[in-house]
Amino acid sequence: MTIKIKVENLNFYYGSFQALQNINIDIHENRITALIGPSGCGKSTFIKTIDRMYDLIEDTKADGTIAFEGINILDESTDVVELRKRIGMVFQKPNPFPKSISENVLYAVKRHGDQDKKDFPSIIENSLRKASLWDEVKHKLNQSAFSLSGGQQQRLCIARTLATKPDIILMDEPTSALDPIATSKIEELLQELKKEYTVIIVTHSMQQAARISDYTAFFLNGELIEFGETKEMFTAPRDKRTEDYITGRYG
Amino acid sequence: MTRYQKKLRMRHFYNQAFKVLLFLVIVVSLLVLVTLLFDIFRKGYQTLTWNFLTSMPSGRAARAGILPSLVGSLVLIALTALISIPLGVGTAIYLELYANRRSRFFKLLQLNIANLAGVPSIVYGILGLAIFSQMLKLGPSLIVGSITLSLLILPVIIVSSSEAIKAVPSSIIDGSYALGVTRWKTITGVILPMALPGILTGSILALSRAMGEAAPLIMVGAVGFVTFLPDNLLSRYSALPLIVFNWTSRPQEAFAQIAASGIMVMMIILLITNLTAIIIRNKTQSRID
Amino acid sequence: MKKKKTYIQESIIQVILALFASISILTTVGIVFSLMFESVIFFNEVSIIEFFTTIRWAPVFDPPSFGVLPLISGTLLIAVLSSMVSLPLGLGSAIYLSEFASSKARKLIKPILELLAGVPSIVYGYFALTFITPLLRTFLPQTEIFNALSASIAVGIMTLPMVASLSEDAMMAVPNSIRQGAYALGSTQLEVSTHVIVPAAFSGIASSFVLAISRAIGETMIVAIAAGQTPSMALNPLGSIQTMTGFMVNMALGDIQQGSIEFKTVFVVGMVLFVITLIMNLIAKKIIARNREVYA
Repeated sequence: MTIKIKVENLNFYYGSFQALQNINIDIHENRITALIGPSGCGKSTFIKTIDRMYDLIEDTKADGTIAFEGINILDESTDVVELRKRIGMVFQKPNPFPKSISENVLYAVKRHGDQDKKDFPSIIENSLRKASLWDEVKHKLNQSAFSLSGGQQQRLCIARTLATKPDIILMDEPTSALDPIATSKIEELLQELKKEYTVIIVTHSMQQAARISDYTAFFLNGELIEFGETKEMFTAPRDKRTEDYITGRYG
Repeated sequence: MTRYQKKLRMRHFYNQAFKVLLFLVIVVSLLVLVTLLFDIFRKGYQTLTWNFLTSMPSGRAARAGILPSLVGSLVLIALTALISIPLGVGTAIYLELYANRRSRFFKLLQLNIANLAGVPSIVYGILGLAIFSQMLKLGPSLIVGSITLSLLILPVIIVSSSEAIKAVPSSIIDGSYALGVTRWKTITGVILPMALPGILTGSILALSRAMGEAAPLIMVGAVGFVTFLPDNLLSRYSALPLIVFNWTSRPQEAFAQIAASGIMVMMIILLITNLTAIIIRNKTQSRID
Repeated sequence: MKKKKTYIQESIIQVILALFASISILTTVGIVFSLMFESVIFFNEVSIIEFFTTIRWAPVFDPPSFGVLPLISGTLLIAVLSSMVSLPLGLGSAIYLSEFASSKARKLIKPILELLAGVPSIVYGYFALTFITPLLRTFLPQTEIFNALSASIAVGIMTLPMVASLSEDAMMAVPNSIRQGAYALGSTQLEVSTHVIVPAAFSGIASSFVLAISRAIGETMIVAIAAGQTPSMALNPLGSIQTMTGFMVNMALGDIQQGSIEFKTVFVVGMVLFVITLIMNLIAKKIIARNREVYA
């Protein structure tokens, strides 16, 4: 099994507050890794370190190693623009741009300028197909993205990420703003996506982690308490705190 | 009746009286506007003719027209827009999206813009006179007038553009960054398109303020009575508020009358621009809702 | 993964934007420099004590006299009289809009106030000279054609919308919970407005007052048209006066030799005006900063 990302001794600070403490974790290629834990445990902070989105928040600092294709993501010399193209992110609330559906898919493609203009129609179709949105929107590609339902908007956000040809997709509670039907559609979609991509998903729902992921990491108070195969963790947790959490004894 | 009840009655009475008083205050304020508009219309509508719009000024009120001032104002404002909007929007982008909020430069800029907004317009005229007109030897030219007005309205454009940029949801900006799009391409790709209506509204309102300004132009040597049209950046020029001032300063009743016509021309242009700004604002407000 | 590229275009743009931003700082520097430069030369020729203590302003007369006090007193007269119009009417409008008006009435009245704020000062000047002054003269025949009162009324009308809108903003910012708490105790609207809302919004209201007075001090065209050209310490509302701004415009309109002492007076008076308005604006900011209520 190939390890796509290797995290070693990761610490993260908001000002003087340490939000992550000495995290060590291996992210496996073409697998879904779920991050669970009560709110404020550091799971969202963790995925923000992987594509350096924390750069956008003032007064933050990370140290340690996140090894990805021979470089340390946390290095000052890492090209964050290139990095974020390779490691896509889907947010908690759907955040399509106020543009048409096709413009949303092409948004980053056009600005990266690394794909041929004559391929644009096929990029649109392929990305939307992979995000299982094509059949629902193929007749209205020029309509505003805001005309879509919440679940469709979220799949559009996945499609626009796929259009940049990433290796890894980070998802920060992508279904927390969606209804159960839209949620199950995204969950089905994830099983398709992992054939081509490595997925890391933050989720507030243990059931979701159990349903969809191959590996699960349990965070508590900025520490990684337990990490392992999902099946094992939910059937035989090694740590008492993990057990307490998955049996519902934390909030 | 208990003392409490008596007092309660009085309280209700005072409350009603206060309400009536406030209502009168509002009525007075509104009445002033109506009176002003009506008074100017009454004095000016008869002399507001096609001839008036297309003639040169004259020593005789009956023959005098407003053409050089009308053209001058339009050219002046177009130039002012060309200078002030890029500078103002650029500064706002820098403040909101580039500058480190803790840096000295950022704090200095903020303080500076806030204070510039309160500087009387005539002081900008002094600046234009000393630096552009005299030091750079550009004289009382069109370009000096536009630079002076641009600097005058710059703080207004910066503040309104900053507000418009701040109103762009950070989730959408993060969405763009997360796709590996650079800062400037994020700005041109999502931030400016979303902030554009707010920027436009603020800029139009600022420009219409510039259009009514007379004092800074007088300081940089502009005059009302000009009998030619400006044909290059170094031309002398007139502007609507200047010719209105010129006519108002004359003792003859006939000039007071055409001054009112001049004011009507100016107010009609201002009404159109302000309405445009309000329409843009309302359209986008309903879209965000 | 590649190492960091240098995004040349991005860096150039950042530099250009920083340069744009520094223009606003250069503007301030330019203003201060222009005013200082000529003022320093002026004070080489005229003593600063004479300037601030003599009570006669006649720079173009022979012999000239450079006592700025009459201009300051004329300016203050306009500031005080116009405040009597703008402050009560502005505050009253604000209280009405924030605490009494239905949302329908507010929607109607606010744009009208905005419109009033958008009228150029030259128009108010014309209105003062051709409407307010004749009106005053029918009631007070001793009123001169050019007089401080008429100009002050117009300046007051002009600054009224500013007081109204800034004060209303401050009152609207008072949380509804405080308002409801007062009503729940059985208060009338009057009592809630005057005992709860106005005190809670005091800093915003006070700073709007200071800003309005500062605007009145810097207002030019109204006083240039309607207040007259007679520097005077008399503080007579019905008589002709001259303000600092009125004097500056008057000199700019005339044929004054560049570099002459008369020419420099424009800059010196501009300097006094700049300093006064700057101080008032700083005071307004201080009031807001110091008394900011924290509703969290």
